[in-house]
Amino acid sequence: MADIKVNNLNLWYGDFQALINVDAHFTRNQITAMIGPSGCGKSTLLRVFNRMNDLIEGVRVKGQVIIDAENIISDKTDLVVLRKKVGMVFQRPNPFPLSIYENIVFGQKIHAEGLTRLKLDEVVEDSLKSVLLWDELKDKLNKSALSLSLEQKQRLCIARLIAVRPEILLMDEPCSTLDPQATSRVEELMRELKNNYTIIIVTHNMQQAARVSDETGFMLLGELVEFGKTQDIFTSPKDKRTEDYITGRYG
Amino acid sequence: MRNTKGVQKIAFFFLFLATLLIVVPVGLIVVIIIQKGLPAINWQFLSDIPRQGMRAGGIFPAIIGTFYLVLGAIIFALPIGLLAAIYLSEYAKDNVLNRIIKLAIVNLSGVPSVVYGLFGLALFVVFLKFGASILSGSLTLGIMILPIIITTSREALESVPQSFREVSLSLGASKWQTIRHIVLPNAIPGILTGTILGLGRAAGETAPILFTVAAFYLPQLPKSIFDQAMALPYHLYVISTQVPNVDEKIRYGTALVLLSLVLFMNLVAIIIRYNFRKKKKW
Repeated sequence: MADIKVNNLNLWYGDFQALINVDAHFTRNQITAMIGPSGCGKSTLLRVFNRMNDLIEGVRVKGQVIIDAENIISDKTDLVVLRKKVGMVFQRPNPFPLSIYENIVFGQKIHAEGLTRLKLDEVVEDSLKSVLLWDELKDKLNKSALSLSLEQKQRLCIARLIAVRPEILLMDEPCSTLDPQATSRVEELMRELKNNYTIIIVTHNMQQAARVSDETGFMLLGELVEFGKTQDIFTSPKDKRTEDYITGRYG
Repeated sequence: MRNTKGVQKIAFFFLFLATLLIVVPVGLIVVIIIQKGLPAINWQFLSDIPRQGMRAGGIFPAIIGTFYLVLGAIIFALPIGLLAAIYLSEYAKDNVLNRIIKLAIVNLSGVPSVVYGLFGLALFVVFLKFGASILSGSLTLGIMILPIIITTSREALESVPQSFREVSLSLGASKWQTIRHIVLPNAIPGILTGTILGLGRAAGETAPILFTVAAFYLPQLPKSIFDQAMALPYHLYVISTQVPNVDEKIRYGTALVLLSLVLFMNLVAIIIRYNFRKKKKW
């Protein structure tokens, strides 16, 4: 189980500075929500933690992000090891155009772990159970994952991720394509998952942040303006800008 | 206002007429060739060697020759073209070298086929001393269809959604694993389509095989890749212009076999593409 410590993190897209002197500590077995208006850098920050920003040309990062006593910003970081440990759930549910079963065992195949049929079956069952899909899907594991509903797809994506046994789950607006009922069910799932994982969720929905998270960070124009207990942020924000945002004055 | 409508009607009429004009020659070619060629088609025509100075007998060696040439061209061009396409779509950054490579591919597809023939003669037949042989002809045809294979493969690879790559990488897959397990399987129908179109092109071209492999008259089957061979397009040219008193039936029969071969390949490509589009849901 891992914490994430961020020290003096700066990030540039070419000449544009997207993260400015960010300091934060994401605690294990908690849900931390990152809120802020579009373009404030919250997704960028999330993508630093599993180095997905590396895919964009012209990104420069300075500072420290410590996970398990290792600065993962370093060039020497083994990205495969890092990404196994730090998994990501994306905004749009994005199952592969394969069967439900094949989607979940993808990680196992990539990492060449437990490739006996028996072991794979076990991984599929465990992963689907932990996202509460097993009862719904156990009889149609060979159906295409594309035939599922949006909510089922997003749950399947979480199951696919859990099968890799990560320690940290990064969720980038995981409910933004879901309806309110589905959203509340996925939030319920997140509360369940936090017993075993460190969860960081980026969200546009302040009610969601208030509902599910233990700690909240508010970002604005690349700066982490305020970071603390969710209750404190929403009831007695210390910074004027945080107050303006959560009372709906901008964003 | 009334006038606008009238003008529109006239415009539509001419646009429709122009489009219709495309259909007419295609239809005429097919109808005439079938009409004149079909009487020649029988088992002997397809399975016998040419006899009496190509005025009788069959065209079996030419069919086999074309088959070998197309097979050889694809064995050579598919791996190279596919690997190049993967490099260009997945790895290449936008720099001078890669822009030169892309420019070269575009130019390669614009080179007239007779120039490929001369090039094949100079490089494979003479310089590399392969002689006029199936090997030389296959390599020449292979180079000719490379741009088709590279371009269609690249399009197929690039049409695989970026999000698939992102998820795969985020699950800890390496770049190569992502290409191997996610990108390639989803691009295969497109790659296949391009390959078959390339095959059709290779089967029908005369100029590239003219100097590199084609035998004027060789009433036996090739025994190795260093043998010369007959080929359908060149055989058609020979019996149409070089040999006097060949029955019209035989000429059109040969044309019909060649045309069927090429149309059949294109049809397969269309069917694959159609099935793929139906299944694609992202």
